[in-house]
Amino acid sequence: MTTAGPTLRTSTSVQEADGARPPRPPRRLKRSEKIAMALGVLVLLPIALVWIYPFVWVFSSSLQSNAEIFASLNPFTSTLQLDNYIRAWTEADMGRYFLNTIFVTGVSILLSVTVNALLGYVLGRYVFPGKRLIYVLLALVVFLPEGYTVIPIFDLIDNLGLSGSLWGIALAEAGGVSVIVVLLFTGYFAQLPKELEEAAKMDGAGFLRIFARIYLPLARPVLATAVILQFMHAWNDFLLPLVLTLSQPDLRTLAVGIYSLQNQYFSDWGMMSAASTIALLPIILVFIALQKYFIESFSGAVKG
Amino acid sequence: MAVAPPPARASRARRKDLLWIYLFILPGLALTSMFIFYPMGASWYFSLTEWNGFSDAKAFVGLANYRELIGDGFFWGSFGRSMIFVLIGVPLRVGLALILAIVLNNVIRGRLSTFFRTVFFLPVMAAASVIGVVLTFVLSPGNGPIALLLETTGLTDTPVEFLSDPDLALWSTLLLHTWKNFGMTLIYWLAALQTVPPEYYEAAEVDGAGAVQRLIRITLPILLPFAVIIIVLTANENLHAFALIQALTGGGPYYASEVVEVYIFRTAFAPDAAGGVPRLGYASAAGCFFGMATLIIALLQAWALKLVAAQRARLDR
Repeated sequence: MTTAGPTLRTSTSVQEADGARPPRPPRRLKRSEKIAMALGVLVLLPIALVWIYPFVWVFSSSLQSNAEIFASLNPFTSTLQLDNYIRAWTEADMGRYFLNTIFVTGVSILLSVTVNALLGYVLGRYVFPGKRLIYVLLALVVFLPEGYTVIPIFDLIDNLGLSGSLWGIALAEAGGVSVIVVLLFTGYFAQLPKELEEAAKMDGAGFLRIFARIYLPLARPVLATAVILQFMHAWNDFLLPLVLTLSQPDLRTLAVGIYSLQNQYFSDWGMMSAASTIALLPIILVFIALQKYFIESFSGAVKG
Repeated sequence: MAVAPPPARASRARRKDLLWIYLFILPGLALTSMFIFYPMGASWYFSLTEWNGFSDAKAFVGLANYRELIGDGFFWGSFGRSMIFVLIGVPLRVGLALILAIVLNNVIRGRLSTFFRTVFFLPVMAAASVIGVVLTFVLSPGNGPIALLLETTGLTDTPVEFLSDPDLALWSTLLLHTWKNFGMTLIYWLAALQTVPPEYYEAAEVDGAGAVQRLIRITLPILLPFAVIIIVLTANENLHAFALIQALTGGGPYYASEVVEVYIFRTAFAPDAAGGVPRLGYASAAGCFFGMATLIIALLQAWALKLVAAQRARLDR
């Protein structure tokens, strides 16, 4: 992680931090490397099939009737129909679960990304009394296993009077700081040039303005990463929303909702496949849309 | 660190800045206190009480829960299965991911490499409970696609009960958990591999070092320090297999795949299956005991790997 102070950088290095790493001159592959690559692909393809198969299967099943699903192993032999989706959305309440999940995920992203960015900003750019203590607390968050917090959180949400609303789940999903995200922000803000701040101060900009107008917009790649990580976390989390909605089926999120439908619709593979696709698709689309930022700032963080 | 100490004349501006700095810290501190620090303390307190969760009434019982826990075979069974998830699951995942990461980083280049990364990351993005439901269907012994495949290729003539055979269930869930989270460990390794300066390889090549030598002499020593953190992160994930296991088997059949988190959930929130009442105090005791045990394991691991790294550094000199 970047702990060194800010190095003065020219404007080109800001672009570099913003986008790709400095381009390395492309090197022509040697013959032996091409052969190795071909062999590698040959070995990897069947393995990749094992990883992708359940997704292909669930998607194709979602478009088939139950009779067709059982008839053949070939996923592409059906007459396509959307009946499963209609039944999942209305009969099985996936529509409600979908909207619940969007609310919980959206609120928790706003909350957690804001909180983590603010913390990362002051850690990355300022020296202040108590800074060491903050790092110690962050280290505690990493090292203390979080598995046994669910019972007190269940109790806390109840005591706050939030057990009957989606706000309680959203708040719990935002949870405490995410150490990885805070450190990503810290490292990123630390390496942005100080001159920006000085110039803004000349123009009379205050602390908040410098943060909101200058540094925060520059941190787009880390913001994207923070959004993806929290999106994945809140969209997929299971234990906490399960516990918080045990007596509130109406508040269930997709991850909990599908699980709760499992026994009821066990023989209805077509509809369960449609329900699963509804839960899977948004997260896959968001990832594909933002993955450029994701991989980059991840390797940036490890490198730093 | 970031900004040099301000000159004296700027002290008023500095004080104003300080106010903002603490204001920026406040929300993070508040949320963390509410959802991490408080629950950790509260868990210990709850573990000393008998509490059914229906009311706020918690009867203080001292260490009674812990005494009972130590004699509880179901708890130790689940504890052992969680350990299997770490001791067998972690080396399996970390090792396989390392091999694949090296192949994806050093052998396969360009778009094909990106394609494979995305494929292996696909299950990581999906909710474990949803994946659990999907896999239950895929592995369904009577008429699931895997059963059909095994049947049509003549590999078996009796259906394989991946999830409902007590001898198989734990290993099936372990393999499926490895499958689901494999991509995460792969990303960690790939990020670590990015830190190897390409010049090292080029220099080694000039010196006539072969691919295997470059791997042993350059790649692996540089990766070693990352191994500590990757192993700890992976172990942590393997201790939190609740969602997938709950969705695949619910801990069954006959507790054969019940890991500690499933045990805690059953004791605290879903005791009906065992014909009891919820025991949140007792479940908290199990949680605290397990939390401590895993913390000790993590520290031991970090310590052991530090020793290995120190040893390695000595050899290099």
